[in-house]
Amino acid sequence: MRYLTDRNRVQGLGSAHQGVHHWWMQRLSSLALLPLTVAFIFPFGQALGQGHAAVVALYQHWGHAFVAALFITVGFWHLAQGLQVVIEDYVPAKAPRTVLLVLNTLGNWLFAAAGIFAVAKIAFSA
Amino acid sequence: MADVNRGKRPLSPHLQIYRPQITSILSILHRVTGVGLTLGMVLVVWWFVAAALSPGYFALVDGLLTSWFGVLVLATSVWALWYHALNGVRHLFWDAGWGFDLAVVTKSGIAVLGGSCALTLITLLLV
Repeated sequence: MRYLTDRNRVQGLGSAHQGVHHWWMQRLSSLALLPLTVAFIFPFGQALGQGHAAVVALYQHWGHAFVAALFITVGFWHLAQGLQVVIEDYVPAKAPRTVLLVLNTLGNWLFAAAGIFAVAKIAFSA
Repeated sequence: MADVNRGKRPLSPHLQIYRPQITSILSILHRVTGVGLTLGMVLVVWWFVAAALSPGYFALVDGLLTSWFGVLVLATSVWALWYHALNGVRHLFWDAGWGFDLAVVTKSGIAVLGGSCALTLITLLLV
């Protein structure tokens, strides 16, 4: 039992010590993903199965490359935020929860970086 | 001392007690599609990495993604993406304090379901 009033707990910004920051960033990334999804999915879907040369030619266009890199960046950011909430909801034990949260954050950075690097390599290969 | 009952609060009844309703089903679906889209995002990155590495490796990955199983996974991901996006907009309206009437919640839920199916069809027709 900790001798803390509810008022005092709120002033410490809650159990995660960052108040509404995570919640707010999640809304922000979701808003950004709405136009990005529309801009990304159609060129990507059309490029699927068109062969290597056509795909490279498409993403050598700076606009398509920029949208793809931005979609991957914000997409994995939003994914990390969402998966973090799911882990926090369903994994109560401290050790596995911490391990999963670390893997989640690092894994999403890994895939985002790989995606951005790949798009950039194609875009600058002209 | 606000901590007297912390950790000993009454628990809410378990999920299986409740009758499935459109509100709860769509809420669960939002989380399921969100988690499921991890696979779609990883596949997209795999495809780009393959395209950046070599034409031979790209042919392998692109072939996998356009095989019948790959198309099944991607088409499901497209529906999950549109559902999660549209229901996300529904959530943003709720966050702004709009659309909380039970009748509106039901209607917006049906609209999101129908809209996600329509957008999926349009996407699959256009690509």
